[in-house]
Amino acid sequence: MNAIDVHGLVKRFGDKTVVDHVTMSVSEGEIVGFLGPNGSGKTTTIRIMCGLLTPDEGEGTVLGFDIRTESLRIKREVGYMTQKFSFYEDLTIGENLEFVARLYRLKPVEQYVVRTLEELGLTSRRNQLAGTLSGGWKQRLALAACIMHKPKLLLLDEPTAGVDPKARREFWDEIHRLASGGLTVLVSTHYMDEAERCHRISYISYGKMLATGTVAEVVKNAGLTTFVVQGPRLAKVAEELQGRPGVDQVAPFGATLHVVGSDRKKLEAALADVEKTHEGVTVTPGETSLEDVFIQFMSGSKDNMA
Amino acid sequence: MNSVFSFARLGALLIKEFIQMRRDRITFAMMLGVPLLQLVLFGFAINNDPKGLPTALVAMSNDQYTRAMVSALQVTGYYRFDHVTDSAEEAEFLMARGDVSFVVTIPADFAKRVERGDNPQILIEADATDPSAASGAISTLSTVASQALLRAQGMQAAAAENARQQLQVVVHQRYNPEGISQYNIVPGLLGVILQMTMVMMTAMALTRETERGTMENLLAMPSSPAEIMLGKVLPFLVVGAVQVAVVLVAAKLLFDIPFVGSLTLLLSSVLVFVLSLVLLGYTISTMARSQMQAMQLTFFFFLPSLLLSGFMFPYRGMPGWAQALGEIFPLTHFLRITRAVMLKGADFHAIAAEIGWLVVFVLVFAGTALLRFRRTLD
Repeated sequence: MNAIDVHGLVKRFGDKTVVDHVTMSVSEGEIVGFLGPNGSGKTTTIRIMCGLLTPDEGEGTVLGFDIRTESLRIKREVGYMTQKFSFYEDLTIGENLEFVARLYRLKPVEQYVVRTLEELGLTSRRNQLAGTLSGGWKQRLALAACIMHKPKLLLLDEPTAGVDPKARREFWDEIHRLASGGLTVLVSTHYMDEAERCHRISYISYGKMLATGTVAEVVKNAGLTTFVVQGPRLAKVAEELQGRPGVDQVAPFGATLHVVGSDRKKLEAALADVEKTHEGVTVTPGETSLEDVFIQFMSGSKDNMA
Repeated sequence: MNSVFSFARLGALLIKEFIQMRRDRITFAMMLGVPLLQLVLFGFAINNDPKGLPTALVAMSNDQYTRAMVSALQVTGYYRFDHVTDSAEEAEFLMARGDVSFVVTIPADFAKRVERGDNPQILIEADATDPSAASGAISTLSTVASQALLRAQGMQAAAAENARQQLQVVVHQRYNPEGISQYNIVPGLLGVILQMTMVMMTAMALTRETERGTMENLLAMPSSPAEIMLGKVLPFLVVGAVQVAVVLVAAKLLFDIPFVGSLTLLLSSVLVFVLSLVLLGYTISTMARSQMQAMQLTFFFFLPSLLLSGFMFPYRGMPGWAQALGEIFPLTHFLRITRAVMLKGADFHAIAAEIGWLVVFVLVFAGTALLRFRRTLD
């Protein structure tokens, strides 16, 4: 049984279709990254999955429960971490966790709270008001609160936004530790390095699912060719390449230019021209990164909207 | 597993709510301080039967009849002669400017006419822009004036003899023989104060969760609408109970309001009344999208309920449609209950209909709130 199995999900707000026939399945124990630009429908999709929104069309199951009729069962088995910190800032860490433990009817409350505090290294801050915590600690509290009832599925909505790299690293270590214990995780993010730490990724843009698979699969299926350009006066070279047929992206990376295109022949022709006219400029084949693929997706879907 | 209602989950919500209440010091202080402040302020300030009203006397002569008339008016307590003049224009000006509420004009030939037995007249002009302010003073006039005149003429005995043979109208002002405004105002204030704080506080309850983003989390966790409603409403019931205690003790100590009825009966009616108020507030909370909207909706409700309930103006003085409108406010029924129980010593039987109304409000508001509550973020 898949932890998440939804198909054809549609959600409209007014005349805007925010989620447009999204189909998705996540197996048990998998960590799936959910990627896409701002406003692409990630949060809405996640909210539908945990029963906070009802879809206009489509159906599916989460942990085997129907998302339309059994949302109460789903709520009990799922841990959902909202994008914005949504615990009580006027309660201490300990009081917040006690509140959650009682709501899930975990007994004895104190034992669950103490263990969760220990697991996430929050014990020393138990009596601190949640409102006075920094971003990283708030996120840790939110994670602690949503895994305390031992959910089978974690839905994390941009959990690491505004969190420093060290805290991010620790957070992901924690996610992997939980997943190795059999927990399924669906996590939305903007960060490429985080996407690469997922078993699989799904890319959504303007409500449409554009790609899904492992990072390598997504990169391969995108069918992009990348060349690395080196040499003097690269700014001028970049300017010239911009807008040439076959050239989709020109991006400076340190002392080099990454040139990406979907039509290999045209791209090679354009680069050959540049190599000829600019002295000392060399072109070597490069590796397409996940970021290149996403930027390609984003410019592509903008065209669809126009 | 019971998915509809669990006392453990309700307990979780209640504990959370009490901690938050304790942390929010200003609101907490307001919940206890405001009732006391309002009671003292309004209890002492509001007076439906004003006395010592500024009066201008236009007297053309200084004879014994004029003096008798003036002192008789002074003795009623309603008139305070601040200005004495012999110019009608000046008196006119004083009244136009609002410096005096009354102008008493005693004509120059007053004494002559009295002695001749020739239909003497005095003129009293009242500033009736506020009719109720002048009504008490005017109602005492005719008897006071004629008695004063008889006394000045030394005809008291004859008058008494005369009166015995005339029709006597006996008036008993029951439950409040001295017509003390506070006996009317203070029990009413109990209802008004409870309405102010209870409705407003609970109207904020849900919208605050929505505004702070905690609602999304609350909905994502297993808690049912009934639990959330009771979790929000019950703490305010406790606050209401404290307020009632404060107001009742103050009513006794500060204003010496008589309490002839049953305290148990009053307290149980208060409980139903407060329950209807917090549920109304909660219903507002399910409709408003922000605390600002909740506030506006609350005030939209406040003013008509204050004006039409009979707290400020006599209920019976309103036209039929307004009385009907007044019936839809819990305050209207509660005012009748408190005044009846505290001043008249009414038993349950006498106020059963009013309590019935309050119970209906409780059921209607609770039902509406539960129907309106959005389990999702749609």
